[in-house]
Amino acid sequence: MEELHQAKAWELMEMMRRREVSAAEILHSVKGRVESVEERVRSYITLTLDQAERAAREADKALAEGKDPGPAAGIPMAVKDVLCTKGVPTTCGSRILENYTPVYDATVVSRLRREGLTMVGKANMDEFAMGSSTENSAFGPTRNPWDLERVPGGSSGGSAAAVAAGEAVWALGSDTGGSIRQPASFCGLVGLKPTYGLVSRYGLVAFASSLDQVGPITRDVRDCALLLSLIAGHDPRDSTSLEVELPSYAEGLEGGIEGMKVGVPRELMQEGLTPGVRECVERCLSLFRELGAEVEETTLPHLDYALSAYYIIAPAEASSNLARYDGVRYGLRVEGEDMLEMYGKTRAAGFGAEVKRRIMLGTYALSAGYYEAYYGQAQKVRTLILGDFRRAFERYDVLVSPTSPTPAFRLGEKVEDPLAMYLSDVCTIPVNLAGIPAISIPCGLEDGLPVGLQIMGKVLDEATLLRVARAMEEAIGFRERPQVGRGVG
Amino acid sequence: MGGYEAVIGLEIHAELKTRSKMFCSCDASFGGEPNTKTCPVCLGLPGVLPVLNRRAVELAVRLALALNCRIAERCIFHRKNYFYPDMPKNYQISQYDLPLGLGGHLDLETEEGPFRVGITRVHLEEDTGKTVHMSESGRIHGSEYSLEDFNRAGVPLLEIVTEPDIRTPEQARLFMQELKSIMEHLEVSDCKMEEGSLRCDANVSLRPRGSSGMGVKTEIKNMNSFRALYRALDYEISRQREILENGGEVVQETRHWDADANVTTPLRTKEYAYDYRYFPEPDLVPLELDRGFIDEVRSSLPELPAERRRRFREEYGLPAHDAALLSSSKAMGDYLESAVAAGAPPKAASNWMLGEISAYLNARGLEIGDLKVTPDRLAELIDLVEKGTVSVTMAKSVLEEMLESGRRPREVVEERGMAQISDRAELERLVEEVLEENPKVVEDYRKGKEKALGFLVGQVMRRTGGKANPRMVSDLLAQRLGGGS
Ligand SMILES: [Zn+2]
Repeated sequence: MEELHQAKAWELMEMMRRREVSAAEILHSVKGRVESVEERVRSYITLTLDQAERAAREADKALAEGKDPGPAAGIPMAVKDVLCTKGVPTTCGSRILENYTPVYDATVVSRLRREGLTMVGKANMDEFAMGSSTENSAFGPTRNPWDLERVPGGSSGGSAAAVAAGEAVWALGSDTGGSIRQPASFCGLVGLKPTYGLVSRYGLVAFASSLDQVGPITRDVRDCALLLSLIAGHDPRDSTSLEVELPSYAEGLEGGIEGMKVGVPRELMQEGLTPGVRECVERCLSLFRELGAEVEETTLPHLDYALSAYYIIAPAEASSNLARYDGVRYGLRVEGEDMLEMYGKTRAAGFGAEVKRRIMLGTYALSAGYYEAYYGQAQKVRTLILGDFRRAFERYDVLVSPTSPTPAFRLGEKVEDPLAMYLSDVCTIPVNLAGIPAISIPCGLEDGLPVGLQIMGKVLDEATLLRVARAMEEAIGFRERPQVGRGVG
Repeated sequence: MGGYEAVIGLEIHAELKTRSKMFCSCDASFGGEPNTKTCPVCLGLPGVLPVLNRRAVELAVRLALALNCRIAERCIFHRKNYFYPDMPKNYQISQYDLPLGLGGHLDLETEEGPFRVGITRVHLEEDTGKTVHMSESGRIHGSEYSLEDFNRAGVPLLEIVTEPDIRTPEQARLFMQELKSIMEHLEVSDCKMEEGSLRCDANVSLRPRGSSGMGVKTEIKNMNSFRALYRALDYEISRQREILENGGEVVQETRHWDADANVTTPLRTKEYAYDYRYFPEPDLVPLELDRGFIDEVRSSLPELPAERRRRFREEYGLPAHDAALLSSSKAMGDYLESAVAAGAPPKAASNWMLGEISAYLNARGLEIGDLKVTPDRLAELIDLVEKGTVSVTMAKSVLEEMLESGRRPREVVEERGMAQISDRAELERLVEEVLEENPKVVEDYRKGKEKALGFLVGQVMRRTGGKANPRMVSDLLAQRLGGGS
């Protein structure tokens, strides 16, 4: 029989409500996992087991009294350390915020608290969510539970690794260019980047404001739908959050995909795919047909420019968003002779190489005389990409592609080669530029490493996206689990 | 001015009178212990997002409409990026190429006739905090450390930029007075220069008279009053003229008005070529102002100072000069209207306000709002004079008491037993007495010595301790003496 820490959240919810298991027992199992694997996996920056225990006790007390403690109660969760948690350090994986403790909860966190949030800890990440491997964390890399010599992906690598390794049952990540989907893909999990504006960004420490979204990393599509319904919805504190009526994402999951039209953008199936990834995705295309969907190759010509546009827009916004880390009010301060020297020394010591690189890129792209050539041009490309997707979705219900061109790569393999690292997100980035939702589900293995299938949907059509993902999950039947190094499992 | 004329443009910042700040719900009022009016949003803590205050937008639209601007139906906010410790995010949310109001004007009435100043733009932005340097001078040089107060950080600010249409310091002062008055009438800003809720910088250049080119300009900062504005511009124009007349070249720079030394001096900061790296604020959605909203604001605009001035002239029959003075501040105009509504003839109320009352306020550095005398009590005092209960001289003394205590004039008059003797029989009796006692003076008068009459009036007044109605006494004497000749 499977252990509690390996179960899905919805299974545990049902078991708790049938009184077959207590929240305390679930947490105990997860805690045991943390004790046995965390030293090797390093999913977390800060553990909050005391808080989790209190939450589990409250969940059990409520259940004993016949009350509903909320869907998040007793389900151990990893929260990416980019989300502000009141009273719990929030570092963003950066030296500059090493000792920073927020005075408020991010909206998603406070929504989950109302539903019984049982938070195991704050998950490791690439510094300020900039990276695709979690190697850019100031607190050391997280390792992939499927192969400890490999990266878990990034930037939400800690969140994904925690769920894959059984150190949490589900997790929150954030996705600016693939930071939920790519680690979900590398760790054999489900990861969803919602429509821009569906989930509040209030309390999500900004990397690139026009691209960032919070989303779930889970073990299956049903958990993903459940967690999405807990965090989605209008927030008056976020002006970019959309005021829309939310469907019940979990309800329509089993509706099937017969008669649906699936487009496969040629531009996302080009060179750079490993044979295993190509094979897995092609197998998925056959499964789509078997399930009664119509599959067709299509073209979104401007996707070829997505990566270039992204690496202008995201750094430009980041250069401004990260200006506040100056040593004046909070976070790290390195004293200097005068204010300017203090700024310089603080930021030199507080930021890592990738963050500095992107601040410089972004500052340059916004500079007088270069703005039109870079930022202006990138925004035009973004509009064209949006147009491509809009036209594609007139024909297709969903679009599919690999989530990442390769399975998890080795630690250190791409650290010295930023461009190679950036290419890791080539399939996921267009989605953020267009603001549409996309999900990654596991669709097979290549040399024992998980491969992800990316399904992209129409704006605010998460319901269809999840239904398609659920049908494919069933058809693919991915059951493998990581071993977390030899002898542990 | 010799062969040169000045070309002056103003850049004005006014804090809007909203209850809460521009992007958060913090109290936007002035004062308070440092950093008590702050929250995660206006402190720029990690993860926070701005939410636009609709009231700030409404106030901005009001002013933009009053300045005859075109209101953009869709405008956006930009980030203005630069590092300064009083700015929590190290960028300011401002407007750039799509401001809220464009292309307006303000018409001024000067002694030389009407005068129009173009308004380039009106836009919304957030204010910064305040840096306090901990040194004896309060300046950064020599200070060991500095403190930040973020109470003002995020207060909504309106920026108004004029075309370089102003030619003299006097026009600049007039413009500012009129703008301040308009903002007061619209109730969009407190306009207190000393509290920094109204600030003004100026661009000044000189060019040969008749030329349409532009000379090298300097930017003048730190003008904290209308008087400072006038004097700083006056100084700067002479300074530049002297340079040009001696064949020199004006250096383009920012200069600081030193009110103590009466000079402008170059700002001694290192010269940075600031590149603000403006880009659209991704945390805010474009601001859509539909026609309906704009029309609603337009139709709710109150009477503006120019209209009020005209009404004071035409309906109240006040001279242009008085009408202008009384409508220059909203509070003055309101006071006058209240006094008139309480029954005072406009001209009399105006005379008292511009005379004794203004003198009293000026001497004490007070404003009309500080006055203890309510408009209806001024009206009552005027009524006492009109009815002849007190003389004008007595009324002035009553007003003195009222200014200090705020009491009712009738009360003061009764308490002091000041009521004028206007009883005809009583006065006739006194006149008889005086005539009997001064036969020689009466004779002098009859011989044509006009001054003798004054002496006789004085005698009657003396007997009544000054309370006799002097006009009646004078009439009675003239009648009595004339009748007897
Ligand atoms: Zn605030």
